[in-house]
Amino acid sequence: MLARQPSSVGELADQLPITPQAVSQHLGVLRAGGLVVARPDGTRRVYRLNTQGVAALKAYFERIWDDALAAYQKAADVAADNFDHEKEPT
Amino acid sequence: MSSAPTVPTMTGTATVALDVDRAFGFFTEFFGSWWPTDYHIGQTEMADAVLEPREGGRWYERGVDGTECDWGRVLVWEPPHRFVVTWQISGRWQYDDDPKHASEIEGPLQRRPSGGTLVELEHRHLDRLLDGEPFAPPSKKVAAVGAPSCKPSPALPRAPA
Repeated sequence: MLARQPSSVGELADQLPITPQAVSQHLGVLRAGGLVVARPDGTRRVYRLNTQGVAALKAYFERIWDDALAAYQKAADVAADNFDHEKEPT
Repeated sequence: MSSAPTVPTMTGTATVALDVDRAFGFFTEFFGSWWPTDYHIGQTEMADAVLEPREGGRWYERGVDGTECDWGRVLVWEPPHRFVVTWQISGRWQYDDDPKHASEIEGPLQRRPSGGTLVELEHRHLDRLLDGEPFAPPSKKVAAVGAPSCKPSPALPRAPA
């Protein structure tokens, strides 16, 4: 929901079958994990997704898998060549 | 609202000339021969990485000094078409033994009609690696952090207690 629109605890609770207290508690956990960030807006706090944290994690794993799969492909093709050579009559 | 916002599932593909049996064997049993050695958590250079070819098998790296650092476990072992392993290196780049904090990697392999094999990896439940902890990307390589969960190789003599 926060991915669509930054919201306050009250706005989230209005759209959910749970109490504002439960929403608030849940947001606290997410905030501690760096998944959402809060900024004060008058008397309320507006929560939004911490896209930087999520994006950073995603980007990091993207890099690992890009590198790893490229390395696998390269090494597997060398291995395939070796199998082919083994099959050739000497 | 689910329990946590989902970090998007990562996908990646590789196309290789090996047939599906060999492609599976090369990916798993020869894992250490192709995995980029920059990506590891031990404090010493990585000498090898091992994916034990069975359900419940360990997935770990071995450092040049014989230290072994766990990465995850084998959940599903269905050669030559499918395997699922856990990646349990947390957002703090340490092995986390709690299965609830485990992300999963599924590797389906398919024979291509035109020859060779298509590997389509999926890395999911990445949000479990955070579990309330802030994500702290390593400055350069995973290796920079070190992992207290690493243990001396069982094959090496231990210092007396």
